[in-house]
Amino acid sequence: MPKNEVVLRVGGAAGDGIASTGESFAKICSRSGLHLLAYNSYQSVIRGGFIYLQLRAGREKIYSHGNKVDFLIALNPLEFQRNIVDVVPGGAVLYNSDKIKPDPDTIPNDVILCPLPVNEILKDIGRNPILQNTVALSSLVQLLNLDVDVMNGVIRDYFGKKKQSVMDVNLKVIKAGYEYAKSNLPDFDYDLNPDYNIKRPVLTGNQALGFGSIIAGCKFYCAYPMTPASSILHYLIAQSKKSGMVVKQAEDEISVINMAIGSSFAGVRSMVGTSGGGFALMTEAIGLAGQTETPIVVINSMRGGPSTGLPTKTEQGDLFQAIGASQGDFPKVIIAPSTIEDCYYSIIESFNLADQFQIPVMVLSDLFLSEHMESIEDLDFNSTIERGEIVTSNDSDKLYKRFKYTDNGVSPRAFPGTSGTVFQASSDEHDDYGNIISDVFTDSETRIKIMLKRMRKMKFIEEQLPPVKLEGPVDADLTIVSWGSTYNVVHEAIQILQNNSKNVNHLHIKYLIPLQKGIKEILSNSKDTLIVEANYSGQLSKLISMETGFQINHTLFKYDGEPFYPEQIIDKVEDLI
Amino acid sequence: MVVEPIKIEEYKTETTPTWCPGCGDFAVLRGIHTALARLKIKSEHVVISSGIGCSSNLPGFVNAYGFHGLHGRSLPIANGIKLANTDLTVIATGGDGDGYGIGLGHFIHSMRRNINITYIVMNNQIYGLTTGQASPTSERGMLTKSTPSGLLEVPVNPIALALISGATYVSRGFSGNADHLSTIIENALSHKGFSLVDVLSPCVTYNKIQTYQWFRDRVYTLEDEEHDTNDLKQALSKSYEWESKIPIGVFYKADKPTYDGDEPALQDGPLVNQPLDTGKNIAKQLLDEFT
Repeated sequence: MPKNEVVLRVGGAAGDGIASTGESFAKICSRSGLHLLAYNSYQSVIRGGFIYLQLRAGREKIYSHGNKVDFLIALNPLEFQRNIVDVVPGGAVLYNSDKIKPDPDTIPNDVILCPLPVNEILKDIGRNPILQNTVALSSLVQLLNLDVDVMNGVIRDYFGKKKQSVMDVNLKVIKAGYEYAKSNLPDFDYDLNPDYNIKRPVLTGNQALGFGSIIAGCKFYCAYPMTPASSILHYLIAQSKKSGMVVKQAEDEISVINMAIGSSFAGVRSMVGTSGGGFALMTEAIGLAGQTETPIVVINSMRGGPSTGLPTKTEQGDLFQAIGASQGDFPKVIIAPSTIEDCYYSIIESFNLADQFQIPVMVLSDLFLSEHMESIEDLDFNSTIERGEIVTSNDSDKLYKRFKYTDNGVSPRAFPGTSGTVFQASSDEHDDYGNIISDVFTDSETRIKIMLKRMRKMKFIEEQLPPVKLEGPVDADLTIVSWGSTYNVVHEAIQILQNNSKNVNHLHIKYLIPLQKGIKEILSNSKDTLIVEANYSGQLSKLISMETGFQINHTLFKYDGEPFYPEQIIDKVEDLI
Repeated sequence: MVVEPIKIEEYKTETTPTWCPGCGDFAVLRGIHTALARLKIKSEHVVISSGIGCSSNLPGFVNAYGFHGLHGRSLPIANGIKLANTDLTVIATGGDGDGYGIGLGHFIHSMRRNINITYIVMNNQIYGLTTGQASPTSERGMLTKSTPSGLLEVPVNPIALALISGATYVSRGFSGNADHLSTIIENALSHKGFSLVDVLSPCVTYNKIQTYQWFRDRVYTLEDEEHDTNDLKQALSKSYEWESKIPIGVFYKADKPTYDGDEPALQDGPLVNQPLDTGKNIAKQLLDEFT
């Protein structure tokens, strides 16, 4: 039976064009009606260093980038040797045989070599070294029995804005590579069942977060470059003219968040994005947003910690940092999106929650979720923008009370420039008008009243957020608990386990503060429980125990910087049931 | 159209300032009240941000929007407010510890932007609110609570820093010359671009060296000399005068492009007035870019 799913790895050094090769292949797949998921494993090096992109594609929804490689495109001799061990029996390596001379003794017997004599193939076309990637890709398109015209279209779009002559060369290269493979390489018996009428968008999590913020009416994004959040900045600045968003790179993360708080105070939906270290610098101001009741959305795309840690690797290690961000108690929300689609919807929801309750909302992504590419179904553009109650003028004789005591703790906001609403927003404790009651004016009664007013919001936020949902059979032998980016991989593992007659269900938690309702009820009824987290100490496990008293029985923690593979979860479950 | 004059009283609040009697900051407060009244800027179009310190309590004493934020962060807040609503008159205030110590980075970078805001620093060369430690503008050798053997660092020179960092209105006032100070503030508020008003504002409680008399013995106004405010090098040279003669007034003034003026996303007017559904209207087009 022909194979209907493929895993491609492109291995090379930084600067070899891995990302653009991967992106082109992703578009070829998505324009062929295939689903795909791609993960870029890289190091913080501009040129050199060991990096690879791994992409898995097929007609059904893809939940992980796969553990074993069907096709390896090796861009240099070192990566040839390093990656060939991950190629499955019957899999193949495509490589430029002008540059790479494999040592036959080190080739596993069952791996098929597909040498590409690039100079010979391109003898009438051109000699740019980067063209070897196009040769390899068009050869692969042939081996997978995909339509070469789709690749031509992708390349046309890519070079559309550049020089016609460069595009013409590339189109000739595609043809030459494709023809070469057809005449000289073996048949691999693939039928990915393409449907050229389906074209799905392919986004990274960061693009989905950025796109969501544009749809949510965010008009101010501020950031300091930091992996893996920087591509939000890059996406938003590229769209700035169309979206009308001011996108500002500031001098440090302290300035970043204070600028965004200033902009939000003046009435503009505002967001910042960073990773753990930058988030640490922002924490004092997160409390400021809570105290001055200024809405703000803060994205922390987590990478391996502590300190500078693993700058280019993934981890879910900042949950406690987010929970503990800033001194004192103030109302706040922490959301962890699970998938690319969920990144989009979570940002829209975060802006609405921030505005409705006038609070900081923290969104926890991670390197894997932020940077991996995935095909998605269409997104809903009809979400409403909820700005909460806003005072448009105050003509009464009474002074405007910015922090008026209300039943749900939310006081109608006024933006500077609104007649009759002059007020003070203060980091110091203040009364309902905004007059400070700290230091010389300390007034315990008012302090208690204003604290209760602010904290009352939490009850109403909790009521508004949906309870957790258990996926899978209620009577399962094991419940797997997860949060954030591990949703997909746990989902795939459970599918495989169920096919192997293992009865497992899934409890995925999206809202961390306030902790989503219904967790204790579900876990108390589970036969056994396992939590999967990409951190050392099991931060969600501890949070659940703190908030509900429930102790999860088994743990699977990973902190090597690489994302989970389904097999790791399957192995763990098979040890347990 | 005749614009009704606005009385200075309209900018005052009921709150009694927290400052010690004789504090230099009273003159700054009066200067701001006076300048706003002279320029006839309505209260509801003015926002004053501040950090933490004695002088940072100032927004509470002006009938205008106030954002009393974190220590050292009055400038980022002011930058954000201005970018969100360019129709507002935005003033950042604070002390020397706030602006030239913990917030020094923001000071330099805000000036590089030449963003159209006014920064008024009440510089008393001491930490007052925390009861008398050395500040970034304290003189080398000064004996303070935190430097009992004498301070081992030389002071920051805010005027020189401003001149080399891109500020386009660089001035110094003295609380002992309130009328002069009001005029400097008024001109700073009218200036298009980043304006600095560094104010020699004596702390009568913790700084027993740089007193009103100490300054009176040394200050002179640049306006009384043949100082060319267009000449950056001359301004820089004046900024180094300190020991025996201390210049006050405008060191430098230039008409240069501003950040808020040139930011592409602000060309249709203030951000806060832009429709929220711009994104929704182009959603399909933006998503198609990913296929």
